Amino acid sequence: MSAAIEAASAGVKVLVIDANEKAGGQLFKQIHKFFGSSMHRAGVRGIDIGRELLEKCEELGVEIWLDSLAIGIYDNLRVAVDRKTGFNEHKMILVEPKKIVIATGASENAVRFPGWTLPGVMGAGAAQTMINFHRVLPGKKVLTIGSGNVGLIVSYQLMQAGAEIEGIVEALPKINGYAVHASKLTREGIPIYTGYTVLEAHGKERVSEAVIAKVNPDWSTIPGTEKTIEVDTIAIAAGLKPLTGLAHMAGCQLTFDRFLGGWAPIHNEHMETTVPGIYIAGDSTGVEEANTAIEEGKLAGTAIAASLGYLDEKEADALQEAAWERLKGLREGAHGAERTQAKEHQLHAYAEYMERRGEVG
Amino acid sequence: MSLSASGVLTTEYLKEIGKYPSEERMKQGPVAVCECVEKIPCNPCESSCPFHAITIGENISELPCVTWGKCTGCGSCIPACSGLAVFVLNKSYSDEVGSVAFPYEYNYTFQVGDVVGAADRSGKRVCDGVIKRIVNTKKADRTTVVTLEVPIAFVDEVRSIYRERRS
Amino acid sequence: MRVESHPVLGKLEEAPMVTITVDGKELKARKGEMILAALLANGIIVNRYTRKRHEPRGLFCGIGQCTDCMMTVNGIPNVRTCITPVEDGMKIEVQDGLGVWRDEN
Repeated sequence: MSAAIEAASAGVKVLVIDANEKAGGQLFKQIHKFFGSSMHRAGVRGIDIGRELLEKCEELGVEIWLDSLAIGIYDNLRVAVDRKTGFNEHKMILVEPKKIVIATGASENAVRFPGWTLPGVMGAGAAQTMINFHRVLPGKKVLTIGSGNVGLIVSYQLMQAGAEIEGIVEALPKINGYAVHASKLTREGIPIYTGYTVLEAHGKERVSEAVIAKVNPDWSTIPGTEKTIEVDTIAIAAGLKPLTGLAHMAGCQLTFDRFLGGWAPIHNEHMETTVPGIYIAGDSTGVEEANTAIEEGKLAGTAIAASLGYLDEKEADALQEAAWERLKGLREGAHGAERTQAKEHQLHAYAEYMERRGEVG
Repeated sequence: MSLSASGVLTTEYLKEIGKYPSEERMKQGPVAVCECVEKIPCNPCESSCPFHAITIGENISELPCVTWGKCTGCGSCIPACSGLAVFVLNKSYSDEVGSVAFPYEYNYTFQVGDVVGAADRSGKRVCDGVIKRIVNTKKADRTTVVTLEVPIAFVDEVRSIYRERRS
Repeated sequence: MRVESHPVLGKLEEAPMVTITVDGKELKARKGEMILAALLANGIIVNRYTRKRHEPRGLFCGIGQCTDCMMTVNGIPNVRTCITPVEDGMKIEVQDGLGVWRDEN
């Protein structure tokens, strides 16, 4: 969205293809106020940032295709789109743009344990989608697995929606997310079981209880420390991984970095991947925050506008520099150092790859 | 247990790192305390203060620093904090009672004057409190600010309304 | 259960209702909502049973990727209910195994 806005502001004709019923990705599930600089919408709730972006797109005449799945990118930047036209009705359309931005986001990791397939055991993101987007409670007594920011925030939002959090289980000896998110829950009496893991879930047609136990530093469980918790829902928040299918298929080179959620396309400082004309932004090139995704989108959008001649180089450089400056700020602090390093590694990997390819070709 | 293992901050720790107002200051009138002790790239508390009493600076990941002398305890910073980590404490009423103002983002049925359980940072019920004010400004954007009157000895500990839990 | 009132999102807005049937039982659903949401609002969490072990499956990803919530809709099996909106008169069935195609007309 933010790439679309940047490019469209400069005069580029933009089409957004979104598989969902509403554009804006996960923003419409983020009902909390965002961190960041108050100069750039910090303190504003994600849903409201999403609404503003949508309005801006409309204002700029950005065309948006909803319920439309980009199923492949072929030679010469041709994109095959599967458009839903009704119940069980589809239409295939070939789109031939000059430039492409891939911003497919990320998907949730699962944790497998006996009973994990029972109804009531779900991704934390799924629970969040249900309460904040579809406005239905998936359950009333929830155990959350994982104390990263997603686990903590979704637990809080489940409480806001009227569910009870029976506990949060974290295998590490420490809470993984921000302390302020954890403190919001602890002062409501929510237990956070650090150094615990989930052993199994029981139930017939739905999960009815979870068994957790303490873990040793080598991740083996300590017999005798088992604790059974009555639940009707288990929300798994075990991190996210970039959705790289489309980029990978298009031939974009990937690198692996555990701090970015795994394999992700490498790119230059304009967010262009190793396939000329294909740009990437947001979680699909490394799992971070919504505010960093927005800045990366701006980088891609201005770079595209400049390369198509809609923006003079000087102007584009200034916009890019400002976005990089903000990204630097957003990648500071307690959880930022690893991300900064990982993102730099992506830039180096891109440079190396292009150099190598230049030598061969 | 440490903050990172339990998620529960302590008054002692805040005092230790110099982020807690003195007894003397709290006796003079309401004052803000930022219970934000971990570097987060975030600064709305700084820009929300009409008296420039909260400083973070150029690097938005620095911890907020409250200038106790400038703070009037107006509470603008409470709903501005995305981490819901700012509280306004007041020990100036009398020797017996004081108040704690905190952000609250749940459905509620309580009203001003109601007696409710008061919870500390771990959610434990430590005393009863009387709801003094419930404020929902447009600027606060759906973050309610509740002011709870509690025995003065508990002002340093009370941070929310006690939540009855089944388990 | 629906989230009727919410401290941030406010009151759930009124919506026109449609009627769907789930395994022959009539249910009310909000027009345009996802089948899965309508079922959860009515306390139904099992969407299908697996082919070999006949184990129950329900909502897992909620965004059309995992296929755990597939059901038979209007005689068409393997419909991802988390991304398929309800329509008035829709016939929805908890799916057994891979399901069977049926001509509803």
